[in-house]
Amino acid sequence: MISVENVTKAFDTRNVLDGVNVRFARGKVSSLVGPSGGGKSTLLRCINGLERFDSGRIEVAGLELGPSKRPRPTRAERAVLRAIRLKAGMVFQHYGLFSHMSALENVMEAPIHVRGLAPAEARQRAQLLLDQVGLSHRRDAFPRELSGGEQQRVAIARALAMDPEALLLDEPTSALDPERKLEVVRVLHDLAKQGATMIIVTHEAAILRDIADHAVVLRDGRVVAEGKPAEIL
Amino acid sequence: MARCRVLLVIVVAIACLLACGRTAPEGGLARLRTAGVLRWGGDIQGGEPYVYDDPSSPGRLIGFEVRLADAIAKELGLRAEFVQNDWSNLVPSLERGTFDIVMNGLEVTDARVGRVLFTRPYYAFAERLMARKDDTSIEPALTALKGKKVGTLANSLAFEMLRGTAETVIYAGVEEPYADLVSGRTEAVLLDDVIATRYGAPKPELRVVGDLREGYYAIAVRPSEPDVAAAIDDAIAKIAARGELQRILEDCGLWNERQPKLVGWSAADQAKMLGAPPAPPSLGRGHVVLFLKGAGVTLLVSTLAMALAMPLGLLLSLARLFGRPALSRAASMYIELYRGTPVLLQLYLLYYGLAPVLKLGALPAAVIGLGMNYAAYEAEVYRAGIQAVPKAQLESALALGMSTRLALRRVVLPQALRHAIPNVTNDFIALLKDSSLVSVITVVELTKQMTITAVDVRGWLGPGLLCAGLYFAMSYPLGVIARRLEKKLEGERAAEAAT
Repeated sequence: MISVENVTKAFDTRNVLDGVNVRFARGKVSSLVGPSGGGKSTLLRCINGLERFDSGRIEVAGLELGPSKRPRPTRAERAVLRAIRLKAGMVFQHYGLFSHMSALENVMEAPIHVRGLAPAEARQRAQLLLDQVGLSHRRDAFPRELSGGEQQRVAIARALAMDPEALLLDEPTSALDPERKLEVVRVLHDLAKQGATMIIVTHEAAILRDIADHAVVLRDGRVVAEGKPAEIL
Repeated sequence: MARCRVLLVIVVAIACLLACGRTAPEGGLARLRTAGVLRWGGDIQGGEPYVYDDPSSPGRLIGFEVRLADAIAKELGLRAEFVQNDWSNLVPSLERGTFDIVMNGLEVTDARVGRVLFTRPYYAFAERLMARKDDTSIEPALTALKGKKVGTLANSLAFEMLRGTAETVIYAGVEEPYADLVSGRTEAVLLDDVIATRYGAPKPELRVVGDLREGYYAIAVRPSEPDVAAAIDDAIAKIAARGELQRILEDCGLWNERQPKLVGWSAADQAKMLGAPPAPPSLGRGHVVLFLKGAGVTLLVSTLAMALAMPLGLLLSLARLFGRPALSRAASMYIELYRGTPVLLQLYLLYYGLAPVLKLGALPAAVIGLGMNYAAYEAEVYRAGIQAVPKAQLESALALGMSTRLALRRVVLPQALRHAIPNVTNDFIALLKDSSLVSVITVVELTKQMTITAVDVRGWLGPGLLCAGLYFAMSYPLGVIARRLEKKLEGERAAEAAT
């Protein structure tokens, strides 16, 4: 459902992505692994359009994104970018919860203001999603009152609230201590069992061992190995 | 060896400082003789023909008062030395001892007679009323000016005359009153004929309505030094008797039919000139009401200017951070330009400079001038606030399908504005005080009211304290609010950092 063809991207003179070719299948959990600086996060951000690339093409659920050198997208590009972002939700290493909103409001925000959902309906769905990540009792807490693990679970619920066809997770557990990691891994496990499409940048053994169907190793901006996690690692 | 010399210099410097700080126990004249110098205070901003920079050799002072000062000093066996001082503070500076005498078109007024010792006059002037040629409604009588907008200088004789009749518009310079009269901001200007001849008469749009009364320029001496006043009286008498005064005034184009009586000036003339000044009014309820009115103007100008600066600053910061390259550069340029030039200059340009094309009223000009200046500072405050919002939040919002505009409105700005509140409040306090600058464009706010009253009651302490008290009463509550908000935000930030 997501295919990356011959994508290159350079920061100054360093090639962060150096001709990446990879496909991510629907309903599968793929993990991007490899040494830091290998281009994992950049690839994820290119798929979501947060970063532009220099050449090649990326296709997300039938929407095609081409290369661009300009920092500001054109009007037409903006429409494609927003459509892609609605198909592929994103979860960040540092959560990025909106500090001035409660957990529930964080989850309701985009459905109301991007999808145009009625507030009552958005609230109901947000409550269900918070329940799904085990946080229905924390819905009125502000991000500063939540632990890291709780914040990351709210962030996952927030991404799910937009009904994405795929979820991109950028090192979702690496800022957490071991116990908190487990909370998040459990949520991801549940999602995987429900058949969610996910691409996870991670070093986390539990994710690779128990959740991922497929592993892609990126090193120096190139795919150097691909296959079943157990075989690759 | 070098160290010894440095030490010697320091010792001499300290000795000099001590010598300067010591007040002479002997009479003023003896003190002057010891020093060998007659220091006279004036303001070169008053311009031609009083004391001003020689246009052909900048740095050299010329003017009829320079020549007179040299003549008087010579008569006393001294050397004259000019001390530059803001005109409106010449008398307080004389009292402080910044210089020995004041000679700078200082008119003999009731308020001053009670405060300084005046020598015999060195010039007789007329209070000249000017109006626009096309305006025939102005007549040469004080009573006819009732309710009219009349420009003049603060604390001048004309200012005292106009009190209670006309609606006085107060200027700091001699050029601006006539410029505003031409542009229609005022209906008449009442000032000394010396000023009117040089700055008003050359303007083809203006006409002389008439002279309302006569007045005198005289030298002011500290009341504790009557011997200095007496010696200067003698000196002027000699200079006038041998025709030197006439020569100086003729050279400067100032001699006229009013001047000959200065030559045979008698004690009776002097007594008539000084009159019997009424006892200075004490700081009373009337003054307090005027001060409260001034404080009201200060608060009004500051509040409206801030109400303009905040949205304009927000637009500037957004343009700078998120605008197209051209727009971003324009916003940066606006900010740097307004922060890099004095607000006083901006006010002058807006009010006087633009007058030929855009005739703003004084109050709107004050609000717009201060508002546009503070917008540059607020833009930077907002920029800091926007940049303090973690980038992950903006990216999260974009990743959720929000447009940049929606993300700014819903996610970044609500937080950035909260972060900015303490700084904006602090800027508002600064603005309250900076608003005193608008007196240069004739707005009488709290500080201006204070300087006017100080001359009126012949003392700075009472009016100064009252003025300070009012500023404090306005700014202190704001300061408390700002500190409280800051503390609250700090607590929240600490909690955010802990997770």
